[in-house]
Amino acid sequence: MNGRRLVSLLPWAWLGLFFLVPFLIVLKISLADADLGVPPYTALFEVIDDTVLRIRLNWANFQYVLTEELYAAAFLQSLKLASMATLACLLLGYPMAYAIARSSAAARGPLLMLIILPFWTSFLIRVYAWMAILKSEGPINHLLLALGLVDEPLPLLHSEFAVLIGLVYSYLPFMVLPLYATLEKMDLSLLEAAADLGCRPFRAFWAITVPQSWPGVVAGSMLVFIPAVGEFVIPDLLGGPETLMIGRRLWDDFFMGRDWPLAAAVAVTLLVLLVLPMALLQHTRAGAER
Amino acid sequence: MRARGLFLFAALAIGYAFLYGPILSLIVYSFNESRLVTVWSRFSFKWYGELFENEQILSSAWLSLKIAAISATGAVVLGTLAAVMLVRFGRFRGRMLFSAMITAPLVMPDVIIGLALLLLFVSLEQWLNWPEGRGMTTIAIAHVTLGMAYATVVVQSRLSQMDASVEEAALDLGARPWKVFLLITLPIISPALAAGWLLAFTLSLDDLVIASFVSGPGSTTLPMVIFSSVRLGVSPQINALATIVVVLVTIGILIAGRITLRAERDRQADRRRAGE
Repeated sequence: MNGRRLVSLLPWAWLGLFFLVPFLIVLKISLADADLGVPPYTALFEVIDDTVLRIRLNWANFQYVLTEELYAAAFLQSLKLASMATLACLLLGYPMAYAIARSSAAARGPLLMLIILPFWTSFLIRVYAWMAILKSEGPINHLLLALGLVDEPLPLLHSEFAVLIGLVYSYLPFMVLPLYATLEKMDLSLLEAAADLGCRPFRAFWAITVPQSWPGVVAGSMLVFIPAVGEFVIPDLLGGPETLMIGRRLWDDFFMGRDWPLAAAVAVTLLVLLVLPMALLQHTRAGAER
Repeated sequence: MRARGLFLFAALAIGYAFLYGPILSLIVYSFNESRLVTVWSRFSFKWYGELFENEQILSSAWLSLKIAAISATGAVVLGTLAAVMLVRFGRFRGRMLFSAMITAPLVMPDVIIGLALLLLFVSLEQWLNWPEGRGMTTIAIAHVTLGMAYATVVVQSRLSQMDASVEEAALDLGARPWKVFLLITLPIISPALAAGWLLAFTLSLDDLVIASFVSGPGSTTLPMVIFSSVRLGVSPQINALATIVVVLVTIGILIAGRITLRAERDRQADRRRAGE
């Protein structure tokens, strides 16, 4: 029993100090006031004359985040783009995962490797690759102009469309892998039985394959959706001035506006928004462990 | 039936073209002498030459490599302990919270993690005078926390597939638990440790957002340099750098694939011999 406690000590201590406590501090600072100084916020607890403990909670940051139109628009745009990206990943990733799961055993390893490989190359560089492709002098516009389909280059880069492409491109592997894991484990004799009983393949797919792969669908969707909502790099590099996703807003409040309490309030709000999807993911992961 | 095969083939072809097209275009244009990305002038190593003379990129790459190696090592040690807890300790107290804290960093937006850790470091400095300023140490700590989550997942899946009867046999024969772990469990899960280390290493090398929050003056990592140069527009030197990264990663993955394939074959051969 003592050995167990020794093993548990380090991970608990690390996660407690560097994961749990930071969020309590974020919560604390989101209730502080921005201030000039180091650090740039006011103290929440103050001891006056060694006797009186004064607690000053400042709800103005949350009020601002929740009522200011700019923030509502940023939250809505983040949710919209993340949902669209999740759906697009699902539509593109499901057939891929299915095709890999049903290919020969020898082909499966290399095909999976090819899904994982881009994940190992730099995320930043992969987003950057799309900058070169989408810009007005880029290959896509070059081709469209050469074919005479457009008269002047389309403004593809710095648009909502570019952000969507970037999200799908970056997060597609996260969709394919859990889908593949469930599809590969599937009991194929069920499909044979359905066929023997005269079920059409298309119907069998909807009645048997889709429900069995459901945990993969949920896990994959959450693995795409949650980080996509708070994404910063993709909207910053591929989006235009009007693509204000909330992650970018937080970054700007922090680095440009130097308003730490406001950035903390944005973080808390975003976290509250993501609690449900994260619980869903945790639930499917726990289900898969059993 | 043929229509279905065709559809699946098309899905794979489109999917892989989507995944690899952009990367291939980067590689091709890294050898283009012209600065304009669309105009092909002629084949040249010019941008590679400039890349290797760029002091800022080289020094930030060195810093990033150091941070990645340190944080990956820490992440694997902590991740292995966490995986042992999750697989072997059953329903311990606080398991729900613990496993949620392991899963959360996998998906939590980087901006939140970065901000939270920065505020922690600032508060700690106020209370304890540690860490003094921010830089390599604070980035490494942040990356250990991130990498630990990934390392735990990788080691956890290997550990739960492992045949526990070998460990039980050793325990029955009187070996101490820590000896069993060092001599039996660790060698068996070593491929997962290597995979977890590489994953944490890559994540650390690639992280822009968290590092930007917790770094200080004088500690600029490679992604930060890439980001600030890319923000100004497309740069051929970054194409050259990307090509080097892709080539190194591909070589690494091919070697890793070979090793696991050989290990698998050896294991099967052993099993056959044991059966005879």
